[in-house]
Amino acid sequence: MITDLTASELSEALSKKSVSSVEITTAYLNEIESRDSDMGCFLAVDPKGALEQAKNADALIASGGAHPLTGVPIAIKDNISTELLETTCASKMLKGYIPPFDATVVKLLKSAGMPILGKTNMDEFAMGTSTENSAFQVTRNPWDKSRCPGGSSGGSAAAIAAKLAPLSIGSDTGGSIRQPAALCGTVGFKPTYGRCSRYGLVAFASSLDQIGPLSRTVKDAAMLAEVITGNDPLDSSSLPNNPIKVVGIENVNLRGLKVAVPKEMMGEGISQGVRQTFKEAMARLQEEGAIVEEISLPMISYGVSTYYIIAPAEASSNLARFDGIRYGFRAEDKSHVRMVEKTRAQGFGHEVKARIMIGTYVLSAGYYDAYYIKAQTVRSKMTAEFLEAFKKYDVIASPTSPVVAFKLGELIDDPMALKLLDFCTIPANMGGFPSISINCGFSEGLPVGLQFTSKPQSDEDLLRNAYGAERSLPEAQKLPASVG
Amino acid sequence: MSISLDEVRHVAQLARLELDESEVLALQGELNSLLGHLVDISQIKASLGEPVTHAVSLRNIWAEDIVGETLGRDNSLRNAALVKAGLFVVPAIIED
Repeated sequence: MITDLTASELSEALSKKSVSSVEITTAYLNEIESRDSDMGCFLAVDPKGALEQAKNADALIASGGAHPLTGVPIAIKDNISTELLETTCASKMLKGYIPPFDATVVKLLKSAGMPILGKTNMDEFAMGTSTENSAFQVTRNPWDKSRCPGGSSGGSAAAIAAKLAPLSIGSDTGGSIRQPAALCGTVGFKPTYGRCSRYGLVAFASSLDQIGPLSRTVKDAAMLAEVITGNDPLDSSSLPNNPIKVVGIENVNLRGLKVAVPKEMMGEGISQGVRQTFKEAMARLQEEGAIVEEISLPMISYGVSTYYIIAPAEASSNLARFDGIRYGFRAEDKSHVRMVEKTRAQGFGHEVKARIMIGTYVLSAGYYDAYYIKAQTVRSKMTAEFLEAFKKYDVIASPTSPVVAFKLGELIDDPMALKLLDFCTIPANMGGFPSISINCGFSEGLPVGLQFTSKPQSDEDLLRNAYGAERSLPEAQKLPASVG
Repeated sequence: MSISLDEVRHVAQLARLELDESEVLALQGELNSLLGHLVDISQIKASLGEPVTHAVSLRNIWAEDIVGETLGRDNSLRNAALVKAGLFVVPAIIED
């Protein structure tokens, strides 16, 4: 079946002309049509647009001007602007919002000739760890439909694992690409901050947000990263670098690779099954010649606190734009202030309100120095600790998530417990480091993610090393049987 | 440190969020639970290092002062709830 092929296999088939983009795109649209009502990955599907783009892709391939991923369809998280295709951030606030422009990543995907299948479900405004904060629907984990897919890019990760898309785009503020990738057994890659333009990404916490690929294999993630990265004058935090270019990924050798495992990411918060699976994966890397050592990075233990000050602070400012005037939901009142207050009360869901409240509180008079400045200080110290470790080690490795996919509804009434699950993924956002999650095995029949993080702007090396790790763990590279 | 119901109402006002009493109560609980966790940060010594606002230090980036592609009035107004004569409509700010 076409949908069994990885993106790089599709690329090869397209270049040999053994399959057309219209055939591939049609196959995926049919799968979405028949199975997504059960999975809940997509908030919007665009069959007409996707097929039109597929026809153009086939013409481009015939003319010889194609990019390797031309004709390979993709799904996009619903907080990324797609011109004339509804973009809601899974919020009632933006229901019906039709962006008048494409995000830079969407422009790049379109110019590479990649058909856009539709928009994927997420936690409202990317605030969450289970995709259960979506205002519209539940997304199920393809490994066990009674479990969540992780979040906030849960729809993008589940679509890959359920074979409803060969590639997808997510966004990662504190782990929102890597954690759902881990819980769904896919690859999720957060590039170095600034390597992928944020223009057109609906801002959550601007100093932490980064767009990146989700895929079935590291090679696919690398191919997609090559399309979506590069300098963008429309994003003032964009790095001047050229797009990511991974040469010779298949020639990587793990012999001599220096891997550090911070003991703060292997502590009591890590479940027994995840710890065991991760340790077995590390042993496998050692057999391949990698040098694995335990280190201590003490500031990691402040990560969750730091994150839950900085991210809500930035969010409370970014989400001030939702005032019922220029776009989005509007409640009516004769008073301007009351109109804004009612609009925000009725348009935002509970978790979004909670985070706006936290952010407003930590930035308010009397608390700014006690919380916000301290958190920024810890951020600088934590970054320095990691940079020091990167002088000696190529990669910092840990489990991506301390637990495997949990049951839908299991933690929704305990928002603090959900927040505490982010401690392994947060540091990469704090320091802007490139970080990737790959599947490294199974516990209770559910995927366990292995996270590799490297120094800023070493995205190419990180992808090569992750490819090497993936190759050394062949039995972990599979998709759930129920959809295979 | 814990947050009172009045403080929750004050913060909601700063954030322009109308909350009903059940939400005020729920958010008081959630904020206190989080603030309890944040004690570790508030007790850190400020001398630990310099605060940073961003992961990468970039200098100011200046764009050339050239008019590029713009959205245009119709596109800009298309998603507004209320529009009149090519303008966004808001409730009166200065009342009679």
